[in-house]
Amino acid sequence: MDGPRRTRAWLLLAAAVPLSVYAALFFGSYPLPADAIHEALAAWLRGAAETQDLVIVRDIRLGRVLLSFLTGAALAVSGGVFQGLLRNPLADPFTLGISSGAACGAALALGLGWALPLPLAALAGAFAAMALVLALSRLAGDFSRESLVLGGIVVSTFLGAAIALIKSLNEESVSAIVFWIMGSFQGRGFEHVRLMLPYLLPGAAIVLALARELDILALGTEQAAQVGVAVGRVRIGLLIGAGMLTAAAVSVSGIIGFVGLVVPHLVRMLMGPSSRALLLFSALGGGILLLWSDVLARTILAHGAELPVGVLTALFGGPFFCLIMARGRRA
Amino acid sequence: MSGAMIEISGLTAGYGSRPVLRDVDLTVNAGEFTGILGPNGSGKTTLIRALSGVLPPQAGSIRIAGDDIRALPPKARARRCATVPQKTQGLPGMRALDLVLMGRYPYATLLGGYGRADLERARAAMNETRCLHLQDRATDTLSGGELQRVVMAKALAQDTRLLLLDEAASNLDVARAMDLYELLRARNAGGLTVLTVAHDLNLAALYCQRLVFLKNGALVADGPTRDVFTAQTLSEIYDTTLFVAPHPLNGAPQAHLVPRP
Repeated sequence: MDGPRRTRAWLLLAAAVPLSVYAALFFGSYPLPADAIHEALAAWLRGAAETQDLVIVRDIRLGRVLLSFLTGAALAVSGGVFQGLLRNPLADPFTLGISSGAACGAALALGLGWALPLPLAALAGAFAAMALVLALSRLAGDFSRESLVLGGIVVSTFLGAAIALIKSLNEESVSAIVFWIMGSFQGRGFEHVRLMLPYLLPGAAIVLALARELDILALGTEQAAQVGVAVGRVRIGLLIGAGMLTAAAVSVSGIIGFVGLVVPHLVRMLMGPSSRALLLFSALGGGILLLWSDVLARTILAHGAELPVGVLTALFGGPFFCLIMARGRRA
Repeated sequence: MSGAMIEISGLTAGYGSRPVLRDVDLTVNAGEFTGILGPNGSGKTTLIRALSGVLPPQAGSIRIAGDDIRALPPKARARRCATVPQKTQGLPGMRALDLVLMGRYPYATLLGGYGRADLERARAAMNETRCLHLQDRATDTLSGGELQRVVMAKALAQDTRLLLLDEAASNLDVARAMDLYELLRARNAGGLTVLTVAHDLNLAALYCQRLVFLKNGALVADGPTRDVFTAQTLSEIYDTTLFVAPHPLNGAPQAHLVPRP
């Protein structure tokens, strides 16, 4: 994509973010008229006394909207990194089993009562799963797209069962299990934004700083080394950065699939392969997609019941995954 | 130009327990235009991979412009030595100019992008390999010859004093192969040290000042082209009878295949 068009797309997406955040405030289980929402926002800006409306708009809705945006952004960026790094269009934290690893790490820490920040436990789980999937794929002989995804399925199925087991042993409800396996933002807000940011920001900084190297790695490791890329160190840096993003997302939302697969794929089709643009556009696109998916998840059912947002992303993402696979076969 | 550009001593390199190259010594002086010849599997590509730093030696050492390549950081190594690989694939959607700009990576700082000077350098290299008109084309839509010129431009954009090529002409038709060698000769006249693996004996004999022959992982002949490019040497190395006669126009030795009786 040429410069002016890219700038236009950039402005469009950048404008869509605040608009989406604002518009999403109007959706929720408790009916609030537009006037009441504007009043609450104005009261918040003035620093006026707390009202019930203000608490709903700020703490319940805004916190959740921001959290879903940041989670979507983190998942899409880490998906973009994994796709580039493994040169595999089917790679994303979900299909590679890395999200399951992060969720399992978090569930373990919670179940065993470790005094460990949740994202850190998720990070350890993410790295363990990553190592396992890469080892399995190597066992199968190569890092081909099928063997990687196959390894991811094996690992994520196993870890999903492990999560269910941990939760059952702790006599927790089925809904707690479902939360981790079919991620959701129910009852989540600013507190979780604060929890994820210390992992999301450094992770994003690392992968953006290595975007140019990620471009060059597309030539293959040998040619990348010949133009001066420290291939080993760059790869480890990218894996750590993408792992941190995944862990940040999963530790606050559970496993949400396919955002990290679909978004970078579409962005690459529209924008071309330049990694820096790909990662930035994926962040905005992934954030907006998950924000609206969450709005849909909490309004689609009658009587104030909620659908886990992971159910929605899987419903839409599954067929998309098949499409990419079919395209890959033809190519 | 003088002094040693490449100093290889006691090099053993390869994969696993069976090294491809065994105990190779070779010194290439700055400003030389050297061809590496030998039958398939003789270790030519392995030599290029070891020289470009992507295959660590199992024994021995490689120095480029005086420094051991293992002691050089990757970017410093890429500022001294550029490599044109045997085969490159176009990348979907990646513009040719962006590919050439990757040759400026060794000059990039951690956070700064490619600057105006890098862009100019990349365009100049594309102009030199006559592919500037392709700069906005996606590399996966280029023909083999076009892509080869783009990859060559990437190597030139690295601004090195040493250029390694691994059978860079093997996928090119006659005219494109001549273009490549003419460019190498012009660059060599300007001071670039060129070391190229060649699979076309006659093309190598026409352009290279010095030839190095490898066979079964060992260096078996080395010297000025007119001295080593002889019927006896070639026939022994390639295990088939070859006849050598001077080129009718410039006297360079040229090989002719001889059918077996």
